[in-house]
Amino acid sequence: MKIVFKINGKQVSMEVKPSLLLIDLIRDVLKLKGTKPGCLEGECGACSVIVDGEAINSCMYLAINVNGKEVSTIEGLTGTENPLHKVQDKMLEHGAVQCGFCTSGIVMTTKAYSDKCLEEGITPTREEVKKSLEGNLCRCTGYAKIIDAAEAVYKK
Amino acid sequence: MKKNLKIIGKSHKKLDGKERVSGKAVYGHDIELPNMLHGAILRTKYPCANLISIDTSRAEALGGVECVITAKDIEVSNISFKRDHPVLKNGTVNCNRDEIAAVAAVTKEIANKAIRLIDVKYEVKEGVYDPIEALKEDAPRINEFGKGEEKFGNKNIAETFHYDHGDMEEQKAKSHVIVKKTYELPRVTHACMATSNITAEYSEFDGRLTLWSSTQVPFLYQRDIAHALKMDPSKIRIIQPIIGGGFGSKLDMHPFEPICALLSMKSKKPVQILFSREEEFVLSPTRQPMIITLTTGADEKGKFTFREVDIIKDNGAYTSWGATTPFVMMQTFSSLYQIPACSFDSKAVYTNNPFAGSFRGYGNPQATFALETNIDLMAEELGMSKAEIRLKNANFKGEVTGQGLHFKTCGAIPALEKVLEKSNYDQRATERKEGRYLRGVGLGSMLHVGGGAKIYRSDGCGTTLKLDDYGYLTIITGSNEIGQGSETVLAMIAMEELGIDEDKIKVINTDTDVKPWDVGVHASRTSFVAGNSLLGAIKLIKEKLSKKASELLEIESDSWTYDNGVMLANEQEIKIDKVAREIHFGSPHELCSVTYFYEPPSSFQDKEFKGDVSGNYAFASQAIEVEVDTVTGNIAVLGVHVSQDVGRVLNPVGLQGQMEGGVATGVGYALTEEMIYEEGILKNPSFHGYKILTTTDMPPVHFYPIETYDEAGPYGSKGAGEAPLIPTAAAIANAVSDAIGVRFNSLPITPEKILRALSEKKEKELVS
Repeated sequence: MKIVFKINGKQVSMEVKPSLLLIDLIRDVLKLKGTKPGCLEGECGACSVIVDGEAINSCMYLAINVNGKEVSTIEGLTGTENPLHKVQDKMLEHGAVQCGFCTSGIVMTTKAYSDKCLEEGITPTREEVKKSLEGNLCRCTGYAKIIDAAEAVYKK
Repeated sequence: MKKNLKIIGKSHKKLDGKERVSGKAVYGHDIELPNMLHGAILRTKYPCANLISIDTSRAEALGGVECVITAKDIEVSNISFKRDHPVLKNGTVNCNRDEIAAVAAVTKEIANKAIRLIDVKYEVKEGVYDPIEALKEDAPRINEFGKGEEKFGNKNIAETFHYDHGDMEEQKAKSHVIVKKTYELPRVTHACMATSNITAEYSEFDGRLTLWSSTQVPFLYQRDIAHALKMDPSKIRIIQPIIGGGFGSKLDMHPFEPICALLSMKSKKPVQILFSREEEFVLSPTRQPMIITLTTGADEKGKFTFREVDIIKDNGAYTSWGATTPFVMMQTFSSLYQIPACSFDSKAVYTNNPFAGSFRGYGNPQATFALETNIDLMAEELGMSKAEIRLKNANFKGEVTGQGLHFKTCGAIPALEKVLEKSNYDQRATERKEGRYLRGVGLGSMLHVGGGAKIYRSDGCGTTLKLDDYGYLTIITGSNEIGQGSETVLAMIAMEELGIDEDKIKVINTDTDVKPWDVGVHASRTSFVAGNSLLGAIKLIKEKLSKKASELLEIESDSWTYDNGVMLANEQEIKIDKVAREIHFGSPHELCSVTYFYEPPSSFQDKEFKGDVSGNYAFASQAIEVEVDTVTGNIAVLGVHVSQDVGRVLNPVGLQGQMEGGVATGVGYALTEEMIYEEGILKNPSFHGYKILTTTDMPPVHFYPIETYDEAGPYGSKGAGEAPLIPTAAAIANAVSDAIGVRFNSLPITPEKILRALSEKKEKELVS
């Protein structure tokens, strides 16, 4: 099947098998290896990417469903002006990264949620921040630093 | 020993954090080599069976399959700590992980399809899944390579340990209370976020093998791979890509690793094996499940008198490093709190369960859970406060324990006092409990090695330093980064000592062909051992630099300071890069490079396991508050107060991260995590069935470091990584008991167990 979509701001058109998963399109076809395969069953969130503003598990999403949509991966956050996005800066600053395998997913989930909050003009509570990251597992940090970092993103 | 420092003691961002946070860090899963094949492994359908036949012909005929191997195709040695584990199984299979055949193919899909085409005929046998059953005389022999009969008088014993000190009979006679309890500890797993992986490339031209492996002990692993494949270790190069979590799981070499190498040897192409999450749950090592029978005594004033320990460990079908966890457990029983007499026995018993390995804490969470529960029970019998009994018996500075551990510094009492104060313990522990939600507070303390552990012939670490012509420093260290932040601490030490900016420092630590020897990441040793090694190398390079700088400035000084890229003495200064260049380009033309090897001052234990085995010792206490919902059985952990003797804080943000991460795993061990096996088959191999904590489960962690400035550690520091999860389950269990008045002798304490216990308690109350 032919699909046309935007990835990290760039228009792409390609033939894909209907059974191809988005994570495999991203990692194996487009070679964007920053999106991580943690469980491939939608439980850990390591493969989170943003599709039309929503953070989704790319292992639970068929590639054909990005047709006509806009996909952002962790690679898309690295700008020319600022090497790191604010979310990434805060994660580093707060010590939210240990082994880092869950980090891409956590950054993308936080980015999607912070964009939404910005749009709606709300500052989430700490409990809401925790809830927003409930689908992203981490075995190293105990989450406290991740939540601190995410909260710092939302602070005006 | 405390001196004022500029860099050490102040929070520092992770050295390679930008790569990790931007998705640029290359993990094993991200490696793609030209012509690389994908490997897959066929594992047994039954945990205990005879293999009648293995037919690989259909797999071999599948397009895209490049090679298939079974036991008959390979010439290898048995692996594992006891060399009782065949790489590929022939004749019998003994547990649900057992590898029967392996395939390399051009895609993952083809490799997996080929595996399904291999036809294996089994003669299914009844397995033994309970270590107590396995010890019975009429039990079948489980591991044909085990030496239990000759060595230990029982065919199914893989390993035993015995330790004792003190006059047991005298101490028993002195005891006013004696508590004897049996505890059962579950099988839990590391659940690293990155699944296990390996990429192997064998060169037929020079017989060299390169492995991209996430081992945490590369030099031991090199030797293990060489043993398995009957190769010269020096022909094996281990490169560590970024490692997505370790926690002890990567201490042993596992069959999939030599299997991947064998596939590469046979196909003459690079081969990669990546585990799925299900495979990771089924196949990666676990914490030891064990049954601990613990008898402890105290005199009428609450002074501890003796401990008698008998442990049966479920070894599983093969013997990993995990069989040696009694080294650590016996330290806790012999030396956590002052103890005049101790006797310790443990047996690791073969079963048809999967084999356990090493896991952060290395037996200590199990030992500490049993011990701290017994202490609470003794306090209750004596009518004493649980805080007081612990303070009265706490370890102290200068103490030499019955096992010969010498506590040159000791933060046990300050740590305990700190958590008592911060948790408002005395008030909390005496509050009345009523209503649906019952609150309780519990204590747990721990002792762990803080300065390495002299178990191998060397517990050292090498460092090479290169200061180039432009003043940039390369630290080539034997130690490993597995996410814990060791690189950052090393860079901080170099910045502190040499006044070189972070952006001019590189840490090279991933290649056994390049880096000097080190044991590996275990025993909370890396900052201690690699830090001391780096300090030794810095001393050498400073000698070189100061000699040349003195010559250039025509001054004599033995007290140079290094600051902001400049060396200063006698009110004169010179740029460090200029000195490095003059060493290189000036006569007699040398490189500004040094190598140093640090061996800790610890000693080997004797045959009775006595001796000062670590460079220093870490102490910690936790006070944890819980709230039990008596209707649902749910336990909410309200707050965790952690105080730990870390010697000196090196990188506060990194240390805090170790505390929070450790506590998270400890809370999981206490409340949610358990691998559920039925007849040797894992029933919950997914994050859906196996519950690690999420953001919303994680309690607040309040951390209070205790600084004791131990002379042995870099800047006075002690190892810290394992400690924060060791007393957590113990403190939570004690808190639950405080809340609802029921003791739990097994983990995890699930809502089902709570409700059952509450209803039994109610029945008993009705009867009486």
